[in-house]
Amino acid sequence: MPLTLNALAQLGGLASEHLLKEDLEETGQPRATVLATMAERLAVMRASIQQGLKNSAPSVAGMVGWNAKTLWEAPDLLSSPLTRRVQAYAMAVNEENARMGRIVAAPTAGSAGTVPGALIGVADHLHIPDEKLLMPLVLAAGIGKIISRQIYIAGSSGGCQNEIGSSAAMAAAAVTELLGGTPEACVHAAALALQNTLGLVCDPVGGFVEVPCVMRNGFYSVHAVTSAEQALAGIRSVIPPDEVILAMAGIGRLLPLELRETGEGGLADTPTGRALAAKARDNK
Amino acid sequence: MPLANQDSKAQTNHVSLLDMIGPVMVGPSSSHTAGACRLAFLALHTLEEPPKRVEFGLHGSFAKTGHGHGTHLALAAGVLGMKPDDPRLPQALELAKSQGMGIEFKNLELGDVHPNTVRITLENHSERVQVTGSSLGGGVVKIWNIEGFEVRVTGSAPTLLIRNVDTPGVIARVARVIADDEVNIAYLSCARQKRGEEAMMSIEIDKPLSEISLKYLASLHYILWVRLLPQVMD
Ligand code: SF4
Repeated sequence: MPLTLNALAQLGGLASEHLLKEDLEETGQPRATVLATMAERLAVMRASIQQGLKNSAPSVAGMVGWNAKTLWEAPDLLSSPLTRRVQAYAMAVNEENARMGRIVAAPTAGSAGTVPGALIGVADHLHIPDEKLLMPLVLAAGIGKIISRQIYIAGSSGGCQNEIGSSAAMAAAAVTELLGGTPEACVHAAALALQNTLGLVCDPVGGFVEVPCVMRNGFYSVHAVTSAEQALAGIRSVIPPDEVILAMAGIGRLLPLELRETGEGGLADTPTGRALAAKARDNK
Repeated sequence: MPLANQDSKAQTNHVSLLDMIGPVMVGPSSSHTAGACRLAFLALHTLEEPPKRVEFGLHGSFAKTGHGHGTHLALAAGVLGMKPDDPRLPQALELAKSQGMGIEFKNLELGDVHPNTVRITLENHSERVQVTGSSLGGGVVKIWNIEGFEVRVTGSAPTLLIRNVDTPGVIARVARVIADDEVNIAYLSCARQKRGEEAMMSIEIDKPLSEISLKYLASLHYILWVRLLPQVMD
């Protein structure tokens, strides 16, 4: 039986170790290969953050491209360098993505910024070195795997909750483990993140992964950090974590097609959304 | 052509950790760009020689939002043999043109299948193959129909495709050849259209078969065609 969230929460040690062990048994790959590949991916994540923070060139459809840099260089009026950093990193990755740059899907490209934003953002804020991020990344991946046994991780399948919800849950667990959380805390961080993205629709303007996707990664990377903070403090999800995934799957089935990446509902269906879509098509 | 409805319940059971943090890819969409590229890359390997003409029939969200996601570029990149992280992906359509490959797109309505589905028809001077597959999210893919036969190709391992005459003992013979190569079978499916007519096997194996075994299989009189599709997942 593959590990479920509830089962994982009962275990001792590191949550990531259990999921890594399970994956190595399934794939037959050596541990060193998986960790080395994770290290390469971490490097690509970092490169896309660095690129995105200094690049302000417009994206393919021209709706985004400058936001990460703008935020990164703006005065910190709230005196909250952590949330500033986390958001800016997440948006940097997604603006690179929207320019057809090189990124790591985590778990998808549209949600690629949330995990690196939260995990690398927190690590940089606390001066934690990169080698400490590999097992949390493994955990993020493992949480994604558990979720993907119940749903397709695609906005076209169950809305943005399937993408950003999954990425936020993955990121929340990763940050929790990074800061010393038990498997139970990690799993509940994921569940808290997930239950507070339920129902999020996928309504990208013109069908481009730009609006709302780029800023949304900024928002939900902070959301992931919030979930980790709550879980590390001892807060637990009242609804058992695996049931939260089932709730998400159920909501996904109820979502109309217009709100599942067709570019025909929500923000995409506003007068301005439609006008921007038409303009982007004409530019092709 | 009978349309295999893809299992809506079982979801994506064949994913690994590296599929969830990964792939490394050119944006903007893992399902509409990276997944599309992988589907086309797998389809490319159903031909012996590179195609001269490729038609992509786009269904659902691929048809509706494909342009915004670079799906057309990614599909073209795939049939040119590129992987999702290839920096040339954004120029794939121009590259295809300069190589004299004709690429066409049209919209299709395939009914109750996954919203990100494409039917790829590839042709060259000697062969023509039609492949249908879906991009399930996060770059995970599944080809579920080839030439009207139900198959299961996920690219998570090398996959042997064998088109054969439906006679007793074929599966045993094929399994024997694979075993003699000291290769394990991870998954095997066999579908036929009518009893005693043609059938197709898709066999996921844990490492590629030797050239000599492939040749031997192709030489058997009840085997019409053998292809080895590569692993595309990390
Ligand atoms: S709105 Fe849709 S396209 Fe954008 S990130 Fe969410 S799921 Fe992906």
